[in-house]
Formats: sequence, C-alpha cells, structure tokens
Amino acid sequence: MTGTTEAVILAEGVRKTYPSRSRPSLDGFDLAVRPGTVHALLGPNGAGKTTAVRAMATLVRFDAGRVRVAGCDVASESRRVRERIGLTGQYAALDEVLGGRRNLEMFARLHHLRPGAARARAAELLERFGLADAAERPVRQYSGGMRRRLDLAASLILDPRVLFLDEPTTGLDPRSRAEVWRAVRDLVDRGTTVLLTTQYLEEADRLADTVSVVEAGRVIAEGPPEELKRRVGGSRVEVVVADPSEVDKAAEVLGRVCGAPLDVDPDTQTVRAPVGGRGSELAKVVRALDEAGLEVEDIALRRPSLDEVFLSLTGRRTGEGEG
Amino acid sequence: MNATVRRLGWALSDTGVVARRYLSHLVHKPDELIGTLLIPVLAVLLFGFVFGETMGAAAGVDDYRDFLMPGLFALTMAFGIGNTTIAVVSDAGRGVIDRFRTLPMAPSALLAGRSVSDVVAGVVDLAVLAGMGLLIGWRWNEGWPSALAALGLLLWLRLAFTWIGIYLGLVVRSPEAAMKFFSLVFPLAMVADTFVPTSSMPGWLAPLAEWNPLSATVVAARDLFGSPGVVSDSWVAQNALLMALVWPLVLLAVFVPLAVHRYRSAAR
Ligand SMILES: Nc1ncnc2c1ncn2[C@@H]1O[C@H](COP(=O)(O)OP(=O)(O)OP(=O)(O)O)[C@@H](O)[C@H]1O
Ligand SMILES: [Mg+2]
Repeated sequence: MTGTTEAVILAEGVRKTYPSRSRPSLDGFDLAVRPGTVHALLGPNGAGKTTAVRAMATLVRFDAGRVRVAGCDVASESRRVRERIGLTGQYAALDEVLGGRRNLEMFARLHHLRPGAARARAAELLERFGLADAAERPVRQYSGGMRRRLDLAASLILDPRVLFLDEPTTGLDPRSRAEVWRAVRDLVDRGTTVLLTTQYLEEADRLADTVSVVEAGRVIAEGPPEELKRRVGGSRVEVVVADPSEVDKAAEVLGRVCGAPLDVDPDTQTVRAPVGGRGSELAKVVRALDEAGLEVEDIALRRPSLDEVFLSLTGRRTGEGEG
Repeated sequence: MNATVRRLGWALSDTGVVARRYLSHLVHKPDELIGTLLIPVLAVLLFGFVFGETMGAAAGVDDYRDFLMPGLFALTMAFGIGNTTIAVVSDAGRGVIDRFRTLPMAPSALLAGRSVSDVVAGVVDLAVLAGMGLLIGWRWNEGWPSALAALGLLLWLRLAFTWIGIYLGLVVRSPEAAMKFFSLVFPLAMVADTFVPTSSMPGWLAPLAEWNPLSATVVAARDLFGSPGVVSDSWVAQNALLMALVWPLVLLAVFVPLAVHRYRSAAR
C-alpha cells in the first residue's frame, strides 16, 4: 500500500506480553505511517492501542519486532527518538498544582530550552491554544477541554516531527472535541505526522487519512476511511414506516427497487436497503413507496458507519472486545 | 570530555527544574507539610505536657522533653516517606511519569529532583518542630556546631528515606496501596529509640530497636544536642554516630539503584 521506505513510523511484527499476563497485548503488530498524514488506530477497549503507542514512543520494551520512528530505531536509539516525538497520553499528564504557564515552562526547560526561550515558547503556545487568560490558574481548576489543549501544547514544545495522541478526545464534550480536532488539523498543516488512537468511529472518519483497525494486538484491516466503508458495501436507504403492519409491504417495495440484502427491523418499523450513493436513487425509492400508498414517517440516505465496518470485519460490535 | 560536562550540566539543571516543581507544591498545597508535621507536633504537646512525667519516670530520664525532641525529629524524617510515595505514585498513575520519560532529559533527574525537594522540605519540618521544641523549653547544650551536625544527620536520614519512598511509589499501583505501606512506617518508627529508651523494652525487642536505622540517628543526635538519654552498652548504641552515617549510606546504596532501574525499565 505505502512504500515502507518513506514511512515515518514503521512497526514490524511487534510482540509484547506484559509480565503479569498470559495473553500478548501486541501480537504481530504492523504499521506504516506516511509523513504528513493523520493515522488513526481504531479499536475497542483492550485492543492494544495504548500499548502500541507506548511501544512506538519508547515507553514499552517489546519482546519481538522492530519499530523505527523518524528514521531512528526505538529500541537502540531511544534518546534520538525522544528528541523527535511528542506524546499526549490517554490521561492528561500535567502538574495539577501548577498553572498552565508554569507547566509549559517546566516542560520546555526539560527539553533543554534556556529560561528565556522557555518563557517565550510557553507564552506562544498558551496563546495558540487559547489558554493565555487561564495561564496562571492551577490546572486542577481547568475544564476537561482546557486540560487536553494544555496537554497537547506540552507535547509540542519542540515542534515534534511525530506526535502520538492516545485517545485525545475521550470524555470531552462536542465543543471541546471540535477544538482538539482543529488543533490536530492545524498541526498537520504545519507538517507534523500524527498517530492517534480512538474508540470514536466518527473521530477516525473525520480526522484520519488512514485508519488501522486494531483488535487483539494486531491490525486486522487498514485503509482510508472511505475505503473501509466501501468494504462493507455502499450507502443504504433507511425507511421508517408510520404503520407497524406495513413494514412487510415496505420491505417488498424496497426489495423490488434496490435488491438485496434487506435489513428489516419490525420493532422500530425500519427497513434498510442498499442504494448507490446518488440522490436520484433516493428519489426512485420515494416514488415507489408513494405509488404503493405507504405512509412514511422518516426516510434517509445513510452511509455505513465505521461501527458497521467493525462489525463486518470482526463479527462483533465495538465494546464487546473485552475479555 | 566537553560533551560529558555538558551532559552533567543538563542533568543538574533538569534536577533543579524538577525540584522546583515539587517545592512549588509545598507552597501551593501545604497539606503535605502539615500532614507530615501533624503527628510530631501533637506528640510534642501530648508527651511534653500530658504524659511527659510518667513517660520520663518509666523511661528513667529526668527531662523527658529534652529526651523526646531528637526522637520526634527522626520520626518526622521517617514520615516524609509517605508524601514521597504518594507523590510518585500519583505521578505514575496520571501518566506524568510517562511524559517525563519521553522527554530528552537526564533519565534520573525526576527522581533526583524529588529527593532534593524532600530534603528541603525536611529542613522546613525540622525548623517548625525545633520552634515548637524551643517553646516548650527544649534546648541544645553543646553549642551551634554540634546542633548543626545533629540536624545534618537527621537530613542525611531523610535523604535515604526519600529514596525508599520513591522506590515504593514506583512499585505500588495506587495511592491507597501506598497508604497501606505507610501504616507500617508508624510502628517501625516506634520500635526505635524514639519515645522510650531501648533499654526499657522487652529483651527480645531491644536489639531490633537498637538496629533500627532511626535509633542510630536519634542516639547520635541526642549526644550532639547534649540531651539526656539512656545509652545501652550494645555495639550499635556505642557506635551510634558511625551508624548514623552508615545506615543511610546503606539504604541509599540499595534503594537508589532499585528506584533508578525501576524508573528506566520500560516494562511496566
Ligand atoms: N501495564 C500493564 N500491565 C499488564 N497488562 C496491561 C498493562 N497495560 C495494558 N495491559 C493489558 O494489555 C491489553 C491491551 O491494553 P491497552 O491498554 O493497550 O488497550 P487499549 O486499546 O489502549 O484499551 P483502552 O481503549 O481501554 O485504552 C489489555 O488486555 C490490558 O489489560
Ligand atoms: Mg488505551
């Protein structure tokens, strides 16, 4: 798919079993991320996303396999890798007692910026992430969104070439989530490569150029969001009839116009059928239903969600992966 | 050569940055300091005024307050372990340690910085406690140099205990688990020459108490402060000053490598 020589993150056959567990958390994990793109690892709880990110960010010593990040080997050149990456973990890694400015200045100093440069960089990042007004307030008084943005800022001190984001928007409200998304896009425009993990299908769909679906410690499917969706089939029309007794009749009409496979759900009075992506097909369906004299409560053209992608790839819904 | 010097310079700078972080906590969140001092300060009041005479008589010392203060100083040094452990374990739990570990900073500067800030906190603890002591009539009788040497020994012990706390913080998984460890510190600190002389303890317990690292420091500090005490004639008690220097060294030799290894090993 991608030439491996140009990959900025390259993982090959990574295996990791935590000492306290019998099942491997990474089990032949392969990944190639092209520079300047957003790559999402999508998977349910316990799939191994965090372990994968920690392995690629020099934090987990793996048992087998090879990882190169920004041209350096993670195992033997960890110091060089650390100079080139930023990491925002699953939980905000900030000092709760200090204010936003003191946090950033501290991390900048630990990146070995001189005091003056550290102050300037902190001020610049606070401004960029809209935190200048809250700069002196202790982080424990920050909202979830502010924390996340500060956390993101803290991993951008030296403009890393590769940024790892582990579930960057989990637990955020929609507005904060949109803010984080904007920040991520902004970064990519500046040339950073972003690897993020998520359980939100929408997030992978909206942000990522490429999605790798992870389950049980390995990548089970990969491609642009569009391609993954196509694998499950095209768009579908979804019709909700007003009268429960007319569900079968609606199914018959849709079957005639659209063909198989039909998905009939009497409980919600819904019938789904495959259609081409264009609006003209929807119009055909509407006309046919009208001619049959069916009263329609709701009709919509639905594109398959990544949720359905996951279901069709694994035979299970997301969230059932634990165990 | 030049590169080594630069490396060392950055390691020191990193340690300083981390120490400043923890010292800011003392200022912005003084409950750590108050927590460590609560029991010793209560003990000053309780034993100094309420039980002092009985304890003194039982222990066979005339001036129980003078006897007590060096013991409380050392007790406070031991209580510092709790704060250290909790600070480290909560950093680990919230991923702060992960972030530190992905920085191109000197690998052990986080731990060294914490230990520096702990020793500074120890100075504050000692100052507060000494102030309390002076109020209730405690005095040092051997002049400033000896008194400062005694305080130095106490801080030396604190430094060693700090590394035990750091190691525990990296090993346990939650602050609750850390609290359980901490409940062991209290009895361990009592089975020492802190509240009563070891000579007044049951025969099987006395040697344990004498070999407790706290005892060496307490006995040596009493000597340097010129406080009353009942020094048993066992080898440890007779060589308290030596042991007050050696014990922390031994603890450091064990726990610094353990903690650094634990911190650097990415296998967690
Ligand atoms: N430090 C650890 N020690 C032992 N087992 C671990 C450790 N970290 C993760 N695991 C186990 O490894 C497996 C993968 O976990 P991981 O955290 O990588 O999954 P994840 O995809 O990030 O899940 P989530 O969506 O819940 O964050 C799980 O079974 C988990 O219990
Ligand atoms: Mg995770």
